[in-house]
Amino acid sequence: MARAVTNKTKVWNTVTSGTLGFLMFFPILWILVLSFKTEEDAIRAPLEVLFASDWTMDSFAAVQARSDYFKHFMNSVIISVGSTLVGLLIAIPAAWAMAFVPAKRTKDVLMWMLSTKMLPPVGVLIPIYLIFRDLGILDSRIGLTFVLMMINLPIIIWMLYTYFKEIPGEILEAARMDGASLREEVIYVLTPMAIPGMASTVLLCIILAWNEAFWTLNLTAANAAPLTAFIASYSSPEGLFYAKLSAASIMAIAPILIMGWFSQKQLVRGLTFGAVK
Amino acid sequence: MSIKKALLTTAVGFGLSAGIAANAMAEEITIATVNNADMITMQELAPAWEEATGNTINWVVLEENVLRQRTTTDIATGGGSFDIMFIGAYETPIWGAKGWLTPLNDFAEDADYDLEDVFPLVRNGLSADGNLYALPLYSETSFTFYRTDLFEAAGIEAPTSQPTYEEFAEMAAKLHDPENGIYGTCQRGKAGWGENMAFVGTVANAFGADWFDMDWNPQLDSPEWNAAVTYYVDLMTNSGPPGASANGHNENRALFKDGKCATWVDATSAAGDVRNPETSSVADTTDFFQAPQQVTDKGTGWFWSWALAIPASSQKTDTAKEFLKWATSKEYFEAVGEAKGWVAVPSGTRKSVEEDARRLEAAPFAETIVEAILSVNPADPTRDPVPYTGVQFVAIPEFQGIGNYVGQQVAAALAGQSTVEEALANSQKFAVREMTKAGYIK
Repeated sequence: MARAVTNKTKVWNTVTSGTLGFLMFFPILWILVLSFKTEEDAIRAPLEVLFASDWTMDSFAAVQARSDYFKHFMNSVIISVGSTLVGLLIAIPAAWAMAFVPAKRTKDVLMWMLSTKMLPPVGVLIPIYLIFRDLGILDSRIGLTFVLMMINLPIIIWMLYTYFKEIPGEILEAARMDGASLREEVIYVLTPMAIPGMASTVLLCIILAWNEAFWTLNLTAANAAPLTAFIASYSSPEGLFYAKLSAASIMAIAPILIMGWFSQKQLVRGLTFGAVK
Repeated sequence: MSIKKALLTTAVGFGLSAGIAANAMAEEITIATVNNADMITMQELAPAWEEATGNTINWVVLEENVLRQRTTTDIATGGGSFDIMFIGAYETPIWGAKGWLTPLNDFAEDADYDLEDVFPLVRNGLSADGNLYALPLYSETSFTFYRTDLFEAAGIEAPTSQPTYEEFAEMAAKLHDPENGIYGTCQRGKAGWGENMAFVGTVANAFGADWFDMDWNPQLDSPEWNAAVTYYVDLMTNSGPPGASANGHNENRALFKDGKCATWVDATSAAGDVRNPETSSVADTTDFFQAPQQVTDKGTGWFWSWALAIPASSQKTDTAKEFLKWATSKEYFEAVGEAKGWVAVPSGTRKSVEEDARRLEAAPFAETIVEAILSVNPADPTRDPVPYTGVQFVAIPEFQGIGNYVGQQVAAALAGQSTVEEALANSQKFAVREMTKAGYIK
């Protein structure tokens, strides 16, 4: 039976969630405000920044003039989408096998996969750097796509495994009895049923790859540098670049923010998929 | 074929082959650099070099700490991602001695370049084992920025010779007026060997402390270190801005330019910016005197140089050298003077530039800067003899880790999270462990 919710509780919940939401969004809002200020105004007291200084697009113009935004943007798109799609190609069969044909050690394998996420990345930087150097894929989109795919693979497999587990095995059995081959079973029966879960996995992995800043900064130079490198180029301990840094940040996060905004329903639906039985 | 047609064909042929030859020789070089005003100017002027030579440049611009990590990884593994790196006086001799950088000794024979014009102190700071490994863009030491109007209002005479830190603390206390938004002094508090330890290191030198004795035993638990760090914490607690442990060079520069600080001991390279009326509200009321001394005047002003070097792993050494020659030449400084004004010319490297009448007119403080830079001796930085060179750093690879750790401990003491004694005891323990691991001590 549903619990009765009083008006007072409703107001309280609304105010609390509104305040929390605002607090979480505030840093982004402040970056947005600073991006429309001059460098001198950007370091003034917060109230002066808001009410006693002019608004200007100069920082965006300066950033665009000094850096090739489009090149960095394209690198981000190719690397994040590429690593997610390649990851899916490997993860779907792996998650299918683990969910529907579990072996004795499946749970151990899953845990082992997750354990790779517990290693600090800097611990393997030098070996990976040397391998990349020898393969000639330093500062290449292929190299970065591969690394990000490997980093996100445990998450993709875990998420898909959880979604697949929610799908009744009887449906797949029925498909098999109707003569579906394994390939047809995965493509025509399993995949359409897991679409919400897969969509949220794809979105999450694209966001993770888009925001990844350790490998993307360390394995790139000029050719494959994505938007994380674009932002990093405006961070400086000597000289003031808050306004330009904010403008660069807004330009870098805007695409993923817009994508997240439009797909939030799908994202939430996917993330809570199977939560209620 | 008429003579005219024949001539025309020949001319076009020559032109085309010259063009093809130029294109065949044209190369793309990648430069890793920090994002500061001097390097932004270089990026703005570099298209002229690209046009003249047909070569192209990829700029990889990163924040200083990220750049250091990125270039260290690449150079230590021979990755070859960069053809030119913008590095400092700390890395150059260490990397040069390891054979990671291309020697640049041939510049000494280039009469056009005139290497003799570069201050010997700077040249030596960028050399190892008699080889030059980087060409300097600008060099800096530290000196005291002070507000002439506030000194006058408080009835304080600006020192004409090097004051002591004790006198400095008295001045700061008199000038401290937080109710009116004026802090007696602003100094670096943010943890890091290149941040708070740059200042604290010079205070320690002034108080007679040293990082290591002649046998490489760490000396961080010595009474001199205790006196220096206690002085620093007291100074900042009594006369500094609130939350000083979060302030680095940048934050203090902003505070000073905004008129919030009466004094600031920091990099001479910030002088042009602070005295620029377009970027500073205290341009007309700022002057300078030497960084204070205490029991010794040795090592009281730091030495740092930002320079361009070519990694040994670069495949385009000739083109990289060509760029280096252009970017650190007299002509380049001239071009910056023309484009940005002589106050913005990178300072502290070339004698001819510092003596140029146009520079002296635009930046009357240039002489003070040169005097301060030339008074530094990184080879003899402390009261007692030490086995290392470097004023605010120790030119050994292990220093980065030790300096950062000590910086964190000092910042914790400044924030009131630990006592000075605890901070220095922890630092000593850490330094002993690191130096033992590295084989300096048993």
